[in-house]
Amino acid sequence: MKTIKSTLLLAVIAIITLAFTVKTDKGYKVGDTIEDFSLKNVDGDKISLKDYDDAKGFIIIFTCNTCPYSVANEDRIIALQDKYEELGYPVIAINPNDPKAQPGDSFEKMKVRAEEKGFNFPYLFDEGQKVFPKFGASKTPHVYIVSKPEMKVEYIGAIDDSSRDASAVKVKYVETVVDELLAGKTPSITETRAIGCSIKTVK
Amino acid sequence: MIRKSIFLLVFLAITFSCKKEKAKTEISEKKHSKIEVTSLDYNQLKPYLERKDDKTYVVNFWATWCAPCVKELPYFEKINKAYANQNVEVLLVSLDFPKQVDKKLIPFIKKRNLQSEVVLLDDTNENVWIPAINENWSGALPATLIYNKNNRKFYEQSFTYEALENELKTFLNP
Repeated sequence: MKTIKSTLLLAVIAIITLAFTVKTDKGYKVGDTIEDFSLKNVDGDKISLKDYDDAKGFIIIFTCNTCPYSVANEDRIIALQDKYEELGYPVIAINPNDPKAQPGDSFEKMKVRAEEKGFNFPYLFDEGQKVFPKFGASKTPHVYIVSKPEMKVEYIGAIDDSSRDASAVKVKYVETVVDELLAGKTPSITETRAIGCSIKTVK
Repeated sequence: MIRKSIFLLVFLAITFSCKKEKAKTEISEKKHSKIEVTSLDYNQLKPYLERKDDKTYVVNFWATWCAPCVKELPYFEKINKAYANQNVEVLLVSLDFPKQVDKKLIPFIKKRNLQSEVVLLDDTNENVWIPAINENWSGALPATLIYNKNNRKFYEQSFTYEALENELKTFLNP
């Protein structure tokens, strides 16, 4: 009887531990296959990754209007699209914030920002916040590089090693990874860390 | 020889009096609420994150531009005051942009009359120090580290006062 009780207790503990582990382990990891999504762009069109027949992969960036780290990276995101769209790695930007929690990140304000800054990439709105949790994105900016045809996550992290000061960049992480992928190599960098703004949700 | 000694004495006297004067002005400056924020790189901050004395440290990573950080800041101030007699100390590590220290951070500290110690972490090598502070920290703000010599926990989340107090209590009454 005592053994059964302690076994049961152990099982309960194991289940609880497992539940918590799963909880903290959410989102795509490097090597995972991502699901496609369909989100509204600032021009009103719905965009899915399957629309990009000619792409070799994607530079998916969770970003927004209001985070200073995102703003500090806007020019760099534009430059990435300038360079890599024609090479087969277009930028897809997604605003994951709930405008109820962050009014400056409403769809209307996204349109304004895209217009005034001349965004050359699609800037999608994660309406209902269904996409960012699948990725496990936690902040803006947060970059995921995905390769076709397996839709495999190749890299998660920052654009470069100096998020708040473009003039002090030494290593351009995203460019390094995409260049390696385009050359048919396995990326030498798979994960990096940078400060960012937490994704805003209404609790 | 005597002349030299006199000269030295005079020199020392002048140096000393100057120093004294400087100390005086520093005190009066503080009285007139001239706030300076110490700027540290990660190696300089590190000792603040691993002190092994009898205190429990609540280290909050924040910035004036981070709305959820600003929202929870009063809770950290309240903890700093309410638990000071239980050997708890709050440290506010600002990640404001260095260019905005004078324009944003210092006016904010004055306006809110922040009592907890504030330091600026100015280190662009984020890919090194973020995982060094905690392996699971993605880099999102706000984030909080609570530690003492026996225990250490990291929170990539916002806090309510109650949640923060409950976490702190697990360190004080293990």
